[in-house]
Amino acid sequence: MNSVLIAPALMVGIGLFFGVIIAFGSRYLRVDEDPRIDGANKLLPGTNCGACGEPGCLPFAEKLVAGSVAPSKCTVSTAEETENIAEYLGVDVGEHDRLVARMKCGGGSVQAHQIAEYQGFEGCRAAAVVSGGGKGCIWGCIGLADCEVACTFDAIHMNSNGLPQVDTDLCTACPDCVDACPKDLFELLPISQKLYVECNSPLQGDAATVLCTTACDACGKCALDASPGLITMENGLPVIDYNSGAMVSPEAIFRCPTNAIKWVEKNQFEEQEELEVRGERYG
Amino acid sequence: MNPFNLLSKSFQNGVHPQHLKAQTQDLPIQRVPFGSLFVMPLNQHIGVPCKPVVEKNQRLRRGELIATAGGFVSTALHSPVTGRVKEIGEFRAYDGNFSQSIQIEADPYATQQTEVGTPIDWSSMTTDDFIKAVQQAGIVGMGGAAFPAHVKFSIPDGCNIRYLLINGAECEPYLTNDHRLMLEQPLRLLRGAEIVRQKLGAEEVVIGVELNKPDAIAALNQHIQPGDPVRVVGLEAKYPQGAEKMIISTIFKREVPAGQLPRDVEVNVSNVSTIVAIADYFDYGMPLIERIVTVSGPGVSYPANLMVPLGTTVRDVLQFCGGLKDETKEVIMGGPMMGRPIASLDAPVVKGCSGILAFTEDLVQTRTEYPCIRCGRCLEACPYFLNPARLARLSRARMFEEMEDYAIMDCVECGCCSYACPSSIPIVQLIRTGKDQLRNTKAKQK
Repeated sequence: MNSVLIAPALMVGIGLFFGVIIAFGSRYLRVDEDPRIDGANKLLPGTNCGACGEPGCLPFAEKLVAGSVAPSKCTVSTAEETENIAEYLGVDVGEHDRLVARMKCGGGSVQAHQIAEYQGFEGCRAAAVVSGGGKGCIWGCIGLADCEVACTFDAIHMNSNGLPQVDTDLCTACPDCVDACPKDLFELLPISQKLYVECNSPLQGDAATVLCTTACDACGKCALDASPGLITMENGLPVIDYNSGAMVSPEAIFRCPTNAIKWVEKNQFEEQEELEVRGERYG
Repeated sequence: MNPFNLLSKSFQNGVHPQHLKAQTQDLPIQRVPFGSLFVMPLNQHIGVPCKPVVEKNQRLRRGELIATAGGFVSTALHSPVTGRVKEIGEFRAYDGNFSQSIQIEADPYATQQTEVGTPIDWSSMTTDDFIKAVQQAGIVGMGGAAFPAHVKFSIPDGCNIRYLLINGAECEPYLTNDHRLMLEQPLRLLRGAEIVRQKLGAEEVVIGVELNKPDAIAALNQHIQPGDPVRVVGLEAKYPQGAEKMIISTIFKREVPAGQLPRDVEVNVSNVSTIVAIADYFDYGMPLIERIVTVSGPGVSYPANLMVPLGTTVRDVLQFCGGLKDETKEVIMGGPMMGRPIASLDAPVVKGCSGILAFTEDLVQTRTEYPCIRCGRCLEACPYFLNPARLARLSRARMFEEMEDYAIMDCVECGCCSYACPSSIPIVQLIRTGKDQLRNTKAKQK
């Protein structure tokens, strides 16, 4: 009889003892967390995409409250949502040029020549480890849609020419496609930078154009036509320096013999769809 | 380890592909006539690419040094032909990529006679000098991986080599180049084995040959005198018997732990061609400028075992064998299990190329892929005891970091899992994709 009572009594006793310790602990050792962190976190999109450079939305909210970043650094939120956050925290929205993913290669199945046929698992990286996927140009897009699969926001779709088309409205500049591409073709650039080189081949002259009709053959005409200092030729490709202060205008693209340098108004490769429909050989 | 395994002449798991060696196993090694253009990529071996020491239009003798080692894990490169340097630039290599190469134009009037140099006195060399000499000779592991041989021979302090294991397993179907070499030049092989054995301080030389080559075993045994520290061991014909860790497990019944090297179990493994190349260098002063290549497969008109100067294009080699048949669909460099399909016939033969195989349409058709039925045949086939089915699923789901928890980096891409899969899932390709992605992510983080 006694031993039956001892056991529960002991358990209750231990429970009470630790309960008192925890009660004191929570009273005197409490860390006050800013309730605004939770509030700001609720206003963020909650996709944990990492586009802001933080591991997720909560660490970003912490930085927001600490004041070390501006709300506009979150590229997923719309302008309205960012303003809401700024209003909630009573801070400035901050100026942040919106980044989007741009693709360095414009050589789809129409322009880039195929030297071999690839059979096997349909994935760019899988093809890249087997003799480069079959296209003559080994620096260009393989076109098996690893980026489309990797994109969290459904912003990338392969067009009829076998090139990934980034929908700039949906793109949040998270680095998923940058990591997925085996040829490192994606880069995150401000949407305001409209002059863009759609070629990644370091080859020059005929060596480049024999592999792809829209390859940059490094003639350097764009560098001559653009404002001085804007474009320099490096490693067989034009490099556009937006920080040079030179005026950026579409003049640079007019004399390009292969259409490798483009003036991108919104989405890349928009003109390709039409050309495909008309059945013309582009470039 | 399974106690019953101690009795058998094999390792655990693995697969039994058809041998398909009958086409070429009785054909003696022939010499390929010299072509007109040779391309020598600077990264023919694993490690740092070598540095060219020649200039454009410079005249070269056969066997002359054209590039020096770019680091410790790198070897020298020698001209395979008498001629002149046509260009140093980017050329398409066997893996489809462009790589820095030296293009050499052969002199049409040269005799292409190798100048036999004075024998190098290896017996009085120190081990360090021996390692440097092997690096100078441009010798790499010629089984296929092309890992510089001198790196394998440099044994750190505290390690001791008891056995020199010479790998003549040649477990890949179709290939017969090592078989012919053992049959035709057993004395060269034993000579090379003696040199390497003495320099490494090994007690015994063990030559492992698969039992489907009884004539090679007989040829070697004929030349081994009683009392020689050499023995030939017959191995079960099974794939991948020629993988370094497998052949050790078969012969010495010792498992090389993951992440460790054969030298940790006191063994050094070298391919037969590597050993013969070493013998040729120390006896005749001839660096590695040619190798034996098996040209076979249903797409080749006249299959052959050929002695090919390095840098010869695949096109020239195939032309010598009567060209490709019309229905040829795929050309593979290496064996059918681990070799790579080549994207262009202009790719040169490199130091690691053991075979050129051409396959017709009916053999390369992609089989319809079905879902995984969890039969576990890939687990039974994997000689490294991995879980290929899970790795393939993770790779397909792009969960590359999780693949590391399943020891993806221990995979040697032998292809047993894909071979065994009844659902025709391209398991090894998915694993290879995952490895590539992981390596890429790691390189970016650095």
